[in-house]
Amino acid sequence: MINFMVIYVMWLRELKKFVRMKSRIIGTLAMPLFFLGFMGIGFNKMSMPGIPQNINYMSFLVPGMIGMTMLFSSMFAGISVLWDREFGFLKEIMVAPVSRVSIVLGRIAGGITTGMIQGIMILFISMFLGFKTRGIFSIFVALVFLILIATTFIGLGLVFASNMKDMQGFNLIMNFVIFPLFFLSGAMFPLQNLPAFVRFLAHLDPLTYGIDGLRGVLIGTSSHSIGLNLIALVVSSLLMVFLGTYFFEKNESV
Amino acid sequence: MISIKVDKLIKKFGNFTAVDGISFSVATGELFGFLGPNGAGKTTTINMLSTLLRPTSGSAEIAGYNILKQKDDVRKSIGIVFQEPALDSKLTGRENLDIHSMLYGIDKATRKRKIAEVLELVELSDKANILVEKYSGGMKRRLEIARGLIHMPKVLFLDEPTLGLDAQTRRHIWDYILKLNKEGNVTIILTTHYMEEADYLCSRIAIIDHGKIVAIDTPSRLKDSLGGDVIRLEIGTGIESLIDKTKGLSWVSSCKQHDNFLDLTVQQGEKRIPDLINMAQAGNVTINSVNLHKPSLEDVFLNFTGKTIREQEANHGGHMKMRMRR
Repeated sequence: MINFMVIYVMWLRELKKFVRMKSRIIGTLAMPLFFLGFMGIGFNKMSMPGIPQNINYMSFLVPGMIGMTMLFSSMFAGISVLWDREFGFLKEIMVAPVSRVSIVLGRIAGGITTGMIQGIMILFISMFLGFKTRGIFSIFVALVFLILIATTFIGLGLVFASNMKDMQGFNLIMNFVIFPLFFLSGAMFPLQNLPAFVRFLAHLDPLTYGIDGLRGVLIGTSSHSIGLNLIALVVSSLLMVFLGTYFFEKNESV
Repeated sequence: MISIKVDKLIKKFGNFTAVDGISFSVATGELFGFLGPNGAGKTTTINMLSTLLRPTSGSAEIAGYNILKQKDDVRKSIGIVFQEPALDSKLTGRENLDIHSMLYGIDKATRKRKIAEVLELVELSDKANILVEKYSGGMKRRLEIARGLIHMPKVLFLDEPTLGLDAQTRRHIWDYILKLNKEGNVTIILTTHYMEEADYLCSRIAIIDHGKIVAIDTPSRLKDSLGGDVIRLEIGTGIESLIDKTKGLSWVSSCKQHDNFLDLTVQQGEKRIPDLINMAQAGNVTINSVNLHKPSLEDVFLNFTGKTIREQEANHGGHMKMRMRR
């Protein structure tokens, strides 16, 4: 059922394309870095209810920006099926005698890798800007969170891509799915400042647990325990991979 | 041996029936053509046979495997060149071939050998390490044909293999296809809306229109079914006497006069022209010009569908374009 050669080849393809598209890397890194640069420095001296006194806003923002980078890159990786459909390559993949699960897993492996490269770049650049982590071990735990965030949103991207016929709906997804997920996740401000209903919605957003977990791991402050965040993300990852594979398999590719 | 057996295949998209209950079979080693206008249902048929689309009803067997129940076996047995490019343009030609061979589980040593071999065949060896986005249309097409051959399929589907190519490249690709069919003993199913392509390549042709097969036979027998060649004579003087004489001839199956033209339907027209000239001279009839028209597949198509393929496309094309976008 699961064919490692196929996973490998899909992963390799993703990586090769990533390395060749320098503009894409710069594009995805630019936004979180602008946020970090302008908001991080601009709001740094401000104290915000919900952020502990000993944590400056810049430190609060960095895990949020890593989460944002992961959200965007993973959703794009999932939705890239649409590009393949548009350029015809999807047919080449779908007519190959391999299980659809292997194809999906290969895409996810590729998306995780490219997403993590970007997330780690943001982390290193912010360390250069003065962000202090709690040591090398915390970075390794953070990587686990990056993998889970990536898996969740690549799966979600696949769900959307499998149910869309062309690129027409892409802007809708950008505006009504990706941005709300981002704003609800508490990437830029503590969620406790939000009205109860919005806070409720925020807790349906897997990214909330991803960013909270990253904060717990990297700067030692979080609203939920790291364990709870991990469990929530594992559940969302499994669910999204299942749904992504289901829809990818179900829909006709031409 | 039978390579493809199709049984009452139907595909509906909403209210529109793209393929309307077609049945046919193709023997191993045949070069079988689907001829019809755009929108006739050729690509939809190929997509069903290659497991990309689920038929609404009906079934088919490819190399002995059922397209509904044994998808992976069908997929292993076929190679396909799609109508629209299905290459990853951000990868090089070689990388596209590499990915393909890995998807088909070909081991490293064989992969290397086969890729070099097919690149040689389509004369792209020196362009293999260039990104596909820099390829011309003809090069892309050739790369796709090469890709379809790497895993040595038993059945090769070519959906409009020369669409939009210049005459020289087309000729080139035709020669590959014939060579493949003969030397590789690959069963080839080809769709086309070019008459001359179907005529030149195919050992047997199915004429398809509005999702139905209207005729199926060898190109020469399809053309013969029209009754023969038409010799058109332009007569100076003595047309009546010539009509009288030709009516007595056993090899003239019909004789029509309009103005000073005489249309004679005969078998093997080129051999009858001298006879006619001699007969005219003997009877003091002056002939100003002679024109021989051999029936083409275009005439066959016209005969079976009542329209030329171009008229059919004008009626149908827009509708199909909309379908393709979905």
